[in-house]
Amino acid sequence: MSGVSLTEQVVREPIPERPTGVGVPGTPGLIDASAFSFWYGKKQALYEITMGIQARSITAFIGPSGCGKSTFLRSINRLNELIPGTRHEGKIFLDDADIYARGTDVVALRQRTGMVFQRWNCFPKSIYENVAFGPRINGETDRAKLDEVVEGALRRAALWDEVKDRLRESAIGLSGGQQQRLCIARALANDPEVLLMDEPCSALDPIATQRIEELLVELKRELTIVIVTHNMQQAARVSDRTAFFFMGRLIEIGNTAELFTSPREAQTEAYITGRFG
Amino acid sequence: MTPSNAAAPLPDSGQGTPNTAIDGQDLQGGGWSDRAYDALLTAFALCVPLLLVLLIVALTMAAWPALKQFGFGFLTSSDWDPAAEHFGAAPAIYGTIVSSVIALVIATPLAIGVAIFVAEFAPRWLRQPIGFLIDLLAAIPSVVYGLWGIFVLVPALRETVMPFLRDTLHLGATPFFSGPAYGPSMLAAGVVLAIMILPYISSVSREVLLAVPRSQREAALALGATRWEAIVGAVLPFARSGIIGGIILGLGRALGETMAVTMVIGNRHEIAASLFAPGYTIASLIANEFAEASGDMHLSALMAVGFVLFVITLLVNFVARWLVWQTSGGTRKVG
Repeated sequence: MSGVSLTEQVVREPIPERPTGVGVPGTPGLIDASAFSFWYGKKQALYEITMGIQARSITAFIGPSGCGKSTFLRSINRLNELIPGTRHEGKIFLDDADIYARGTDVVALRQRTGMVFQRWNCFPKSIYENVAFGPRINGETDRAKLDEVVEGALRRAALWDEVKDRLRESAIGLSGGQQQRLCIARALANDPEVLLMDEPCSALDPIATQRIEELLVELKRELTIVIVTHNMQQAARVSDRTAFFFMGRLIEIGNTAELFTSPREAQTEAYITGRFG
Repeated sequence: MTPSNAAAPLPDSGQGTPNTAIDGQDLQGGGWSDRAYDALLTAFALCVPLLLVLLIVALTMAAWPALKQFGFGFLTSSDWDPAAEHFGAAPAIYGTIVSSVIALVIATPLAIGVAIFVAEFAPRWLRQPIGFLIDLLAAIPSVVYGLWGIFVLVPALRETVMPFLRDTLHLGATPFFSGPAYGPSMLAAGVVLAIMILPYISSVSREVLLAVPRSQREAALALGATRWEAIVGAVLPFARSGIIGGIILGLGRALGETMAVTMVIGNRHEIAASLFAPGYTIASLIANEFAEASGDMHLSALMAVGFVLFVITLLVNFVARWLVWQTSGGTRKVG
């Protein structure tokens, strides 16, 4: 570790950014976090994250391993609270509704915020059943409707043409890139407003990665996409805005082009120029 | 990557040749010690299958006179008369299968329910004790189950459960729950067996459920599944082949269990539709009569039922393999 002394600067307050009001007013999928902190047992993983995520755009979270970017992502659909001993402070709003408020329907929240994981986790079922999983647990039983939803989701995930003749075959037979797009289709079948992606391409080859990136750019016209990535080129390629996390704090968030060319913070510069991480 | 991370792999890569070279060269072209080691291990590995083959040969040879004399009738006849030297094993075969099926019907839902509770719902501090206590059921000697069966279970069945099933629930209208409540019965054997095989099914299922990757649960939950929907829709299907394996393991135990069954089943050589009536199993038949078998044909007939039991368990295992193969369908490739 050379140059910038990171630990000294980290103590500084995160950049205050008034979150509310960013993005297109009235478009669903607006996410605001306000002084959100998170603990795994006694270990604090997030320190007062305050940021706004614009609707209908791609926001990339970058930062070294363990910086809290995944934790924050998984706080948006409250998936982290399944781990025993976790707690949080502060608030996260989705379309101006506090998702941690008492009485929040977590099941409905998770249907609105689809998630794609680092390692594709298709169910060991047929391609069709994978995509139909969400609609089915929402109580959709009508066969024709399900067919329609499945086809629609697979088309949106740019997978339909590759699998339309083998919908009944096991999803496990697909290639890694196809399985990851199937996971995206599975999330899209719920017709979410937000798509949370936790390093979706880190286990894929460059061609499969490129297909997913093209897909994301396609999808952002109708969805808010948040993507955690270790790959800074990827963040630069696909995202509109980039947030840099370090040691549980949000160091900087801004337009991707600006953040990569003229970062405001020394730590951001150190990270994107490869001096650590 | 930080410098500290980059430094970590160095000691490994410093050794030069990758692992494949070690596997490929040293084992094949190695010295005499490697070859001796190789031969020794091969001999060990062959010993066990050889033992199995010898067992089958010995059993078949001993059973041959009875099988030749009674032919297919050995499986279908209910007449077991050592004095007249006429042997038919149908009641014992029937009893073996029926008592095991009863045991499975009772134990499977209980065991899977327990496994789901322990693996998915129990608070961390409760997991260990519950799992331990259930596993402890498997450590109780069979004869103790038999004693408990005679002094607790059989009276309870005779005085409470059987009249309740027959009269209160009006199941007496069906042949399975009709007739006098003897106590020692097919039902008693089934219930004892159920308790005995429960820990096997339960602990295998529990381990399999715990081994389901977290990503599968999270996938379901992130799609808006409730915990129950995630278990039914994602966790159980993923674990299905393992759970079937556990059930078959339990069935295997139930088919061969001898002492406890002998003590509560009533040991009557007769096929009765009612589960309240006494019955017989192959294992208890052999245990009861082997010591007193005088005639050669009697001995051979006992060997022959043993052979039949062996074939049944073999079939069960093949079916199990097939089921596991059918249901696994490449699940192992899921990350």
